[in-house]
This record gives sequence, structure tokens and C-alpha cells, in this order.
Amino acid sequence: MQHALEISHLEKVYKGGFKALKGIDLTVKQGDFFALLGPNGAGKSTTIGIISSLVNKTSGKVKVFGHDIDSELEQAKSYLGLVPQEFNFNQFEKLTTILVNQAGYYGVERSVAHQRAEKYLKQLELWDKRNDSARMLSGGMKRRLMIARALMHEPKILILDEPTAGVDIELRRSMWDFLREINKQGITIILTTHYLEEAEMLCRNIAIIDKGTIVENTNMKALLAKLDMETFVLDIAKGSICEQLSDFNSRMIDDHTLEVDVKKSQSINQVFSQLSEQGIEVYSMRNKSNRLEELFVSLIGNAQVNGATQENN
Amino acid sequence: MSAKVNRIALKSILYKEINRFMRIWVQTLVPPAITITLYFVIFGSLIGSRIGEMGGFDYMSFIVPGLIMMSVITNSYSNVASSFFSAKWQRNVEEMLVAPVPNWVIVAGYVGGGMARGILVGLIVTLVSLFFVDIQIHNLAVIIITVCLTSAVFSLGGLINAVFAGSFDDISIIPTFVLTPLTYLGGVFYSISLLPDFWQGVSQINPIVYMVNAFRYGFLGITDVNLTLAFSVLGVFIVTLYTIAMTLITKGIGLRS
Repeated sequence: MQHALEISHLEKVYKGGFKALKGIDLTVKQGDFFALLGPNGAGKSTTIGIISSLVNKTSGKVKVFGHDIDSELEQAKSYLGLVPQEFNFNQFEKLTTILVNQAGYYGVERSVAHQRAEKYLKQLELWDKRNDSARMLSGGMKRRLMIARALMHEPKILILDEPTAGVDIELRRSMWDFLREINKQGITIILTTHYLEEAEMLCRNIAIIDKGTIVENTNMKALLAKLDMETFVLDIAKGSICEQLSDFNSRMIDDHTLEVDVKKSQSINQVFSQLSEQGIEVYSMRNKSNRLEELFVSLIGNAQVNGATQENN
Repeated sequence: MSAKVNRIALKSILYKEINRFMRIWVQTLVPPAITITLYFVIFGSLIGSRIGEMGGFDYMSFIVPGLIMMSVITNSYSNVASSFFSAKWQRNVEEMLVAPVPNWVIVAGYVGGGMARGILVGLIVTLVSLFFVDIQIHNLAVIIITVCLTSAVFSLGGLINAVFAGSFDDISIIPTFVLTPLTYLGGVFYSISLLPDFWQGVSQINPIVYMVNAFRYGFLGITDVNLTLAFSVLGVFIVTLYTIAMTLITKGIGLRS
């Protein structure tokens, strides 16, 4: 299968000498739903900026559906749709005008662009606002407007940089549904996000970037399989006195909350058996944190430790 | 990309640019009409009647082409400077930078927008002047060619200014300290033949002298400069400024990090 995106030895050194990318390699398959994760300043936005030609690279290669951005930039650009992190449309223009003009930059005739604008404004629940100035929209609506704008030329790859930042839960979930739907239709999606739950829910493959280096690049299942322990929070009957569970690390957080660490090799049934033996009723149970979040913290932490060791050497 | 894609992209930029200045017509189209009316009243009717003839025409008729040209210059320049800088400031210039729009189409689109406003304002000012003076036309082709080339020169100048500008203050520096003095000293209100020899020589290096005089020739059939030289100056400016604008946009100066 053809790669939607191929990045090799990509480096970016900003004026002043800051090395944002230190020779990263990355491939994204056609039709993939791909997450690019990393802490602030890791190099995510620089990578996206280079792919979409808003940032000049220092060295390395980027190919979009086989088209090198050095020699076939316009072809490469025609496959890409970008939803940036910051709002970057003219706040004084009407929604329809923004969308139709954007389609025009890709050579879409105005009559066709008007039809597409109607389609995407309706799908993203903005149709009622079509004649309003963009500045009149709420934050969530502005994000949806940028998604509609990125789709106007029907790109093969949609890149979203923190698309649900500052968006409420209900809206975030409806945006997830929309993204899943367009991915099903064949659009390759590359997503950066701070919400690790979002990456886990949506993405099949993942790369974690830290300090300009890819520290992990695998599929989501394989990554989550690396997690050898999960912490569960159990809501138990108030006033219960829980003795230490054998073979498990456990601790009472307050008089009705118990935390238990469960290794991958252990069965959670054993926890319930031991609690039953002690006559403790369990009302509910949840993960202490998102599984990906635990891995993310551990990977970034390891990278920092390794980095510190190398610096010390 | 194909010629068709480029044509649609160019049309989209032009549409956006024309839509912008038409949307804010109170700021863009009305002020030049008011300013020029004041010029006609003060310099034409009140003071002009005491000046008498200039170049064989009454003073009002003499200054009309210069005043039209002054409006074209100012509006072409400020349209592109403020529009492109706003697009940079709001970052909506990125809409074009991520799209497969060749740089020459971006330059042509913004310059076309600046020319459209400059020429439209020129027409409005011409209509206003009809209330004060009977306009005669000596050579329509010279009028059209001069106004188009001049608005292109100053649209390109406005684009270059906007690329370098880091704040809104930066797009008013050139109009205030360069364009206004050059225009006022560019033969709008007087024939440079009235100046002492030295200052006539100095005026020869002011490009606006050539534009105003070529334009005046189109209306009145009189000029202080050679027409071929005037069009050559315009041509050299267009080629030079276009080359600079293309280089800046291609390198992404002020646009890409």
C-alpha cells in the first residue's frame, strides 16, 4: 500500500540555534488514523508546519503520496488539508465566503465550492451561521469551521493540530464521530492532541515525539500491550476497613475509596475474591488514569532520564 | 498545477480582495471623495481663481489629473499594504500558503486587488471633479495605460511594505514619509517648468512626476516630461518591484519560520 506520508531524517534548526527536530523518520499509511503525541515544545507543530510548508525545513525529506515537497510542492499540497491549532481565518468574513475562497485556492469552481460549503456546514452543524462573520462564532464553532475549510478541496490527508482543544465533551465526541466517519470514507487522518483518551479512542497507529526525537512509533494495540500494570480505583462501602490484599499493592485513599495496582499477569477476580472474604462491598470501579497516559508519562520520563544520562556522559 | 487551477485561484484572491474593500466602503471609497472635494474647493475654486492659467489651462483643469492620480497612488498602495499585513497578522495568509497557489498568483491577486481599488477610487474622484470642471480627454489610451501601470507600481510597493511590516505602524511610515512628499512634489499642483533649473533637475528623479505628467497628457495634451521616458520609468519600476515581491514571497520573509 502506498504511504500517505513519508518523512526521513527531518531536521529543523530555528534562528538562534534551537534544534526543534533532530532527524526524525516517520511513515503514515494510506487510510490510517495516526496520532502524533508529545509534550509542549516536543516538535509536533514544527513537523506539521514543515509538511504543510508553513515552516522551512533545515534538512531531510518529506513526501506526500510520493510527491517530494522539494520538487513537487504544489502536487504535495493539493493532497493535504490542514486544521491548525490557532484560529487563522479572516474574522470579518462570512463563513461561506471563507470556505468558497479556500476551495478556490485549490482550483475548485465557485459553483462546486458553494455545494461543498453547504454540505460541510450542515455536517458540522454550522449551516445556520453561514451568513455570520466568523468572529461571531464560539470557540467550538470556530474549530468546526476550520475542519470544514480543510475539507473543501476534498484532501486525501487531513492533518489536525489539537482539534478539540478547549472544546466541551459533548462537542468533542461529535467531532470524534465526524472524524471517524471521514476516515472510513478513505481520508488519512493525522492528529496531534493533548487528550490522550482522544488518541486511544480514535487512532490505530501512534508516534510519540519528545525534544525533536521520535521515542515510540508503533500501533496503538502494541503500545498499550506494553503497559504491565494498571491502577484501579474502587468505590467501597463507607466505613469499610480493608486489610492489605495479598499479592496486590493496595491503599485506602479515604474511608470509602480503595486503590489497587493490578499487574498484567494477575486477574482482577482475585481482588474481588479477597474483598468478598473481608465482607467489603464494591459499588463501582474505574481506571485511575487513562492507560495511554500512563505509558506516555513513562516513555517521556524514560527519554528524559536517557537524555540526562547522555548529557552526563 | 494547471492553468485552470491557477486561473480559479487568482479569481478567488481577486474576489476576496475586492470583497474586502467593498465591505468597508465607508473607510475605503468615501474618504478619497471627500478629500478630493476639499482640494477642489480650496485649491481649485478659492485659491485657483487667483492663480490664473497654468500650462495654458485654468488652474482647476490643470490640477484635476494630478488629483485623480494622487488618489490612485494612495489607494492602490494602502489597499495592498493593509490587506496583506492584516492577512499576515490574522494568519489567514496561511490559507494561501498551504494551498497549491504559485507565488506569482498570490502577487498578481493582491496587486490586482490594489489596482481595482485604485482605479475605482480614480473613477469616483473623476466623477466628483465633474461637479467643478469640464473634463476634456486628449488621449484615452494614454489615460488608461498610465492609470493601470501606476496603480500596479504602487500595489507592488504596498505588498513589499506589508511583507516587511511587523506592526500596523509600519504600514503607515512609507505613505507618510515617502509617498506624500513625493506626490506633493510630483507636479500635482504645479508644472515643474515653473521651478528653478536645479529643482527641475531634482524633480527628474521623482518617479511620480512621470506618472502625473503622462496622465495629464492623456487629459490635456500637455506634459513636462517625455512620454516614452515616462512609460519606461513605469516599466522599470514594475519589473523591479515585481522581482523583489516574488523573491520575498518565495523565500517566505515574514511568512514562514
